[in-house]
Amino acid sequence: MSELRYTNEHEWIRIDGDTAVIGISDYAQEQLGDVVFVELPEIGKKVEKGKEAAVVESVKAASEVYAPVSGEVVAVNDALTKDPALVNRSPTGDGWFLKLRLKDQGELAGLMDEAAYRKFVKGLK
Amino acid sequence: MNAPAETVLRTPLHALHVALGARMVPFAGYEMPVQYEGIIAEHLHTRAHAGLFDVSHMGQVALTGSGAAAALESLVPGDIDGLKPGRTRYTMFTNAPGGILDDLMVTNAGDRLLLIVNAACKADDIAHLTGRLKGRCTVEPAPNRALLALQGPEAAGVMARLAPGAERLGFMSAGAFAVGGARGWIGRSGYTGEDGFEISVEDRDAERVTRLLLEQPEVKPIGLGARDSLRLEAGLCLYGHDIDTITTPIEADLAWTIGKRRREAGGFPGDAVILRQLRDGAPRKRVGILPEGRAPAREQTEITDANGRRIGTVTSGGYGPTLGGPLAMGYVEASHAKVGTPINLMVRGTPRPGRIVALPFVPHRYKKS
Repeated sequence: MSELRYTNEHEWIRIDGDTAVIGISDYAQEQLGDVVFVELPEIGKKVEKGKEAAVVESVKAASEVYAPVSGEVVAVNDALTKDPALVNRSPTGDGWFLKLRLKDQGELAGLMDEAAYRKFVKGLK
Repeated sequence: MNAPAETVLRTPLHALHVALGARMVPFAGYEMPVQYEGIIAEHLHTRAHAGLFDVSHMGQVALTGSGAAAALESLVPGDIDGLKPGRTRYTMFTNAPGGILDDLMVTNAGDRLLLIVNAACKADDIAHLTGRLKGRCTVEPAPNRALLALQGPEAAGVMARLAPGAERLGFMSAGAFAVGGARGWIGRSGYTGEDGFEISVEDRDAERVTRLLLEQPEVKPIGLGARDSLRLEAGLCLYGHDIDTITTPIEADLAWTIGKRRREAGGFPGDAVILRQLRDGAPRKRVGILPEGRAPAREQTEITDANGRRIGTVTSGGYGPTLGGPLAMGYVEASHAKVGTPINLMVRGTPRPGRIVALPFVPHRYKKS
């Protein structure tokens, strides 16, 4: 499995063949605080890079999760419906949001690797 | 309502909050702790043990002079003249159309009335009091006093240890007590639905008293995030959200704060509108709303009836950690305000079912007198 890539909106993506797993970063979950609800898209929905793909809600507020790349939703993490706090406990593991079938591998080019993202987050603090 | 960045204010406990690892956020012109370890943990700790809140951003104002009670009654619908020494009452400043300028606590401290008002409104409130009560009493803001709230079922035990005698105060009573060697003014009240105390001390004593309270095994520091989820579960109004200048006390279901004499005699701003609504009913009413699923309905969420017609708006909404699910408060047309009425909440364009429920969501556990 490949390494994680990040957006500057704090989503991560992990490529596995022609599909991509998507979630939010550890920094994002920490900023949100206790996650109490996740709204996931329908399977088959086409999402566009940079547009809303899911919604994550903490005690205080609702936030959009943007698609890091364009594609078709092929799976969603139903475990988040029963246990939204998985996002806090395991943001880049069991707390994944959805899987996409990639439309254009070229869209991956602008994403940050782990080191670049870490530097980006450091600049926000 | 937040003041511009260059004028951000700090309470005397600011450095302590930072040292405790709080996440600081702008609130009502102040930089305040929104959370320490996490909102859910802090919320549950308060309901199970005792939580300590820094509410020093709130305004403390004394009214002195023999005419103070009668003067204040010209601005609020509450019975202040009948407020006995050592007793506290919840009321609101009203405006001519019957709306609410701010809600406040008034305590009869014997030789003075002590008012606690909202941080975001305090400058306007002081100007309002000074302008309207000129010549009738003296308005003395106390900007150099801090305010702490100790809330939860174990708060009384803590107070018995640190401020002996305060634990015997009845609900909505107050008095002067030494707390950790400082002179404190302590009331049995709060904003969580739990038994608890509000402790006013001078700024210079604030950190010492706070540290002493935090040393007690029952006590943890609690941020504004849990303060909001606790008050929402308790069905208590947040000024600027659930009540404002275009909402009357009757619409807000606060008629209980208007005593018999004031209902008969009036004599407060907006009395014509408020007393008429008291008699004939208000066109809309504040209600509790329980969403059916897991999706929170936030402030400004549209409320519709079974036919999709808009009947109201959510004014506070989120997640209740004790309830274990989403909850909301809002206003609906009076015809839809009955407990049990099914409604829809328009969350991101999708109608989600819910129903009107009685407030509070979590039963109050105030000290029985």
